[in-house]
Amino acid sequence: MTGNEACSEGALIAGVRFFAGYPITPSSEIAEELAAALPRLGGKFIQMEDEIGAMGAVIGASLAGAKAMTATSGPGFSLKQENIGYACMAEIPCVIVNVQRGGPSTGLPTLPQQSDVMQARWGTHGDHPIIVLCPSSVRETLDLTVRAFNLTEKYRIPVILLLDEIVGHISEKVTLPDPSEIEIYDRPAPTARPEEYLPYRYTDDDIPEMATFGTGYRFHVTGLCHDETGFPTNDSAQIDKGLRRLNRKVERYRDDIVEVERLELDDAEVVLFAYGSTARSARRAMNLARDKGIRAGLMRPRTLWPFPDRELRELGPQVRSVVVPELNLGQMAHEVEWALAGRAEVTHINRIDGEPISPTTILEAIQEVVQSWT
Amino acid sequence: MDMIDYSKYLREKKFPLIWCPGCGHGIVMKAIIRAIDRVGWKRDDMVMVSGIGCSSRMPGYVDFNTLHTTHGRAIAFATGIKLANPRLHVVVVTGDGDATAIGGNHYIHAARRNIDLTVILMNNYIYGMTGGQVSPTTPMGKMASTAPYGNLEPSFNVSGLAEAAGATFVARSTAFHATQLENFIVKALEKKGFSVVEAMSPCPTVYGRRNKLRGGVQMLEDLKERSVSVKKAASMTREELENAVVTGVIVDIDKPEYTEQYERLIASLQKG
Repeated sequence: MTGNEACSEGALIAGVRFFAGYPITPSSEIAEELAAALPRLGGKFIQMEDEIGAMGAVIGASLAGAKAMTATSGPGFSLKQENIGYACMAEIPCVIVNVQRGGPSTGLPTLPQQSDVMQARWGTHGDHPIIVLCPSSVRETLDLTVRAFNLTEKYRIPVILLLDEIVGHISEKVTLPDPSEIEIYDRPAPTARPEEYLPYRYTDDDIPEMATFGTGYRFHVTGLCHDETGFPTNDSAQIDKGLRRLNRKVERYRDDIVEVERLELDDAEVVLFAYGSTARSARRAMNLARDKGIRAGLMRPRTLWPFPDRELRELGPQVRSVVVPELNLGQMAHEVEWALAGRAEVTHINRIDGEPISPTTILEAIQEVVQSWT
Repeated sequence: MDMIDYSKYLREKKFPLIWCPGCGHGIVMKAIIRAIDRVGWKRDDMVMVSGIGCSSRMPGYVDFNTLHTTHGRAIAFATGIKLANPRLHVVVVTGDGDATAIGGNHYIHAARRNIDLTVILMNNYIYGMTGGQVSPTTPMGKMASTAPYGNLEPSFNVSGLAEAAGATFVARSTAFHATQLENFIVKALEKKGFSVVEAMSPCPTVYGRRNKLRGGVQMLEDLKERSVSVKKAASMTREELENAVVTGVIVDIDKPEYTEQYERLIASLQKG
């Protein structure tokens, strides 16, 4: 099974019942799989007239009660940004898959980059919460797709699943999980009665209860700044309160959201910080370095945003250097530098020609780093 | 006609309306409410969706499930709602800029798809909320803040656009002809398919003033005088119709409706 197929499979396990999309390489297989599967389950698939419309339809379907998603790649991801911001602002659960290809512009439609890492965080205007997950393998794509739905339904924050062309198209043998063993989160119905329901009520947990259109809760949804009634407000106190709660959700629940895989870090002097397909090469490079007696380790974030800055700062004092290989010009390496604030030196390995970074390239960088200490 | 209780359908706490004195949108809103009251739909089953602009503020004032979306995208959001839950009655309220400039792609494709949405398009020839910029329906030669020497561009016939794209019900009326407008909206709501009612609506503040059309009352009278029925228009020349507002039912046909087709597909797959 390929990563794109695993993404569709994971979405179905999570309970997706609505997909709207627009054809784009290298993500189209996700749409094709779901076009066939959804109507069999009573779900809906629609190929919209453009990427913007697809994102709008996803938000509408979510408000009508369906677990909803879309899938795209760089140029389409750019087009979706305004409506992604709407989903952040109006707190509408949805999953956006971006199978990253080379950019900017039309770039490299069939070749990988990891060039949308920053766009996934800051692509839409305004301060907003966002969650970004990034799998490295086919099986993990399935697992993180399920997790993306769980997180978006739980926190009412749009979740972006960042694949790259390699992870999307690589074919691996996968043992499918028993669906009964997978935890699935479903959006609860409001406990408040319709006449007392406030769609953006301030609650202790900062997550307002979400009603569904057509269930007797006649509420208003807008992308304008709104108070807890959901109607627009120009009251600066209400605006501040609402926007701070909105953004606080991510920070408040970051420990539940951030997932990091740690390999051989206990004694590591050189740490590889790698994600997505690049982490596959990094893992191999780590093993090769260990074979040569170098104390190398790997930190692999499965969550890119919120950024695992605390996890980086928790690295042991023996860590002298962090090497960040990525298929862009250092988008995450700069974050790593910011998080470490000089505690360890940071080496960038960057490639943007549509080719993956080989384990040998990473190994050579590790060896250079070690040699520089002597 | 019995007087209806508008307050049942309005969120009066949200008054006063954002619309200027003389604006036609309030007349259109009342016609929509009367039409919904006539077809007898429950407020819980109604969703009103809008984009951005003056007309798109209407959902804030009516007591339905209401969704104020991004500029031009109301029909796309509405498509998701209707497809996810076809039991809901979904009405889109939009303006000429929202529906036919930035949202033009969704407008024509929803018509082609024949999804059961009712679009009430308030055409006031102008971008009102942003201060009177030229729109795709501003007549040639008319003034706008971004056409300070007169509009050089030909304008859209927005009803004709819906017809050409495949809408199954299209009608045009004006804020002057409130009862006719209401009757057309009833037909549009009842049509199982994509329906459009183009409601010509005066904007005295940023269109009328700049084009020396005096006030809202005079602009309503102007709509009355320029109105020509579809029937009468059929025997008039293009030149004679140049300044006319052709009112009436333009399209009323039946075609398979998209969400019904989809439900049929689901039923056949699940049976097989």
